[in-house]
Amino acid sequence: MTGTEFEPKIVGFFCQWCADAAADAAGRARIALPPNLRVVRIMCSGRVAPEFILQAFAAGADGVLVAGCLDGNCHYKNGNVTALKRMAVLKTVLTPLGIDSERVRRVGIGADDAKGLARVVSDLVETVRRLGPQPRSE
Amino acid sequence: MPKPKVAMYWLAGCGGCEESILDLGVDLLALTDRADIVFWPIAMDAKYRELDPLPDNSIDVVLINGAVRDEAQERMARLLRRKSKTVIAHGICAQAGGVPGLAGFHGRDKILQRAYQEVPSLESGGLPQAETQTDHARLRLPSLRESLVPLDRVIAVDYYLPGCPPPPELVKEALFNALDGELPERGSVLAESVALCRTCPRLASKPDTIHLKRFHRLYEVRWDPDRCFLEQGLICLGPATRGGCGAQCLKANMPCRGCFGPLDNVSDMGARVVAMLATLLDETDPEKLENIAAGVPDPAGLFYRYTLAASIIKRR
Repeated sequence: MTGTEFEPKIVGFFCQWCADAAADAAGRARIALPPNLRVVRIMCSGRVAPEFILQAFAAGADGVLVAGCLDGNCHYKNGNVTALKRMAVLKTVLTPLGIDSERVRRVGIGADDAKGLARVVSDLVETVRRLGPQPRSE
Repeated sequence: MPKPKVAMYWLAGCGGCEESILDLGVDLLALTDRADIVFWPIAMDAKYRELDPLPDNSIDVVLINGAVRDEAQERMARLLRRKSKTVIAHGICAQAGGVPGLAGFHGRDKILQRAYQEVPSLESGGLPQAETQTDHARLRLPSLRESLVPLDRVIAVDYYLPGCPPPPELVKEALFNALDGELPERGSVLAESVALCRTCPRLASKPDTIHLKRFHRLYEVRWDPDRCFLEQGLICLGPATRGGCGAQCLKANMPCRGCFGPLDNVSDMGARVVAMLATLLDETDPEKLENIAAGVPDPAGLFYRYTLAASIIKRR
């Protein structure tokens, strides 16, 4: 560690229909998303296998955001419900694995909701900043 | 022509895998007809110093059971690797850490403290040291690694024989196929390549989709011994576990706990179990989902029961 302040690394798994579209909308509207965010665009939040989230932490993330469509608005009908269910079960194993469950969040974002996305990302960045770096066992 | 040479060795494990060799029964005699067992400390008088002078690659097949927990085990694993043409990781501990791998939830210092200082039946004593000086001698013990690791974190492993322990039929098949040069591609797991579910005697009763409002524990319900466990709300890891065990637990009316490890190309068995169980939940309200998930006792210990040491987060 250098003496500099901790900047959390957040990996965002963004569904291309809503969350990623909202990120584009943020760009067009000149709404800044925190530079802590690294986005992985995926077709659907229902594609985010629990392994992806664990792999993000193993690869150096301090927080993970899974963002899909709003409830009832999934482009594939119910992929966001799959993501929701997986998140509920995944959270039960995070603490024993040494990952604070507050570091992982799943949200639905409207395709035009740039402000909402910016708010969600900033909030997660601040939460993770407060928690500090994800401890690594290497 | 000299007979091929076979060796067996026991690292960090309970010894059940050694039992699985003894359970070969009369086939063990067939094995001794077919090959020379040159090193098998639990059954024969064998000295480590007899292993060292053997030429490299002079042992045809070695079955190594147990994971690697301390430096002596690591040394033996490396030595056996050097002496052997084919290394088979025998049992789920060697393959993925097994039950001893659950120590990974706590780390070396915590488990030593617990085992040597906190257990109520102990008089508080010191922790084991790598070196102890007595009046007469300096005594050395192999020191524990920070974490237990599967065999393939220490040496190259050619084949995996899963199970806790592997059933004798699979042990026999692996040994004789190895002697006959009939093993599949290197790196293969010597069991089924489909999920246990597919070979489950209860498969016919498993509906296409399962809708669960809650998970039950075994003691809470009187379950139908002929119907799919999952469909009755009882957690069974069959869909996420490799088949090949003969569904012995299922036949004994107990749900699968995953001792055959994951299927091919799975990077984290616990994550597969998470995804599998999540799809069964018939609920969309986040809070209610959390409540259902909270009904699983010791979820991490259950989903990773045999594979924590090989998991994405804990493998090192």
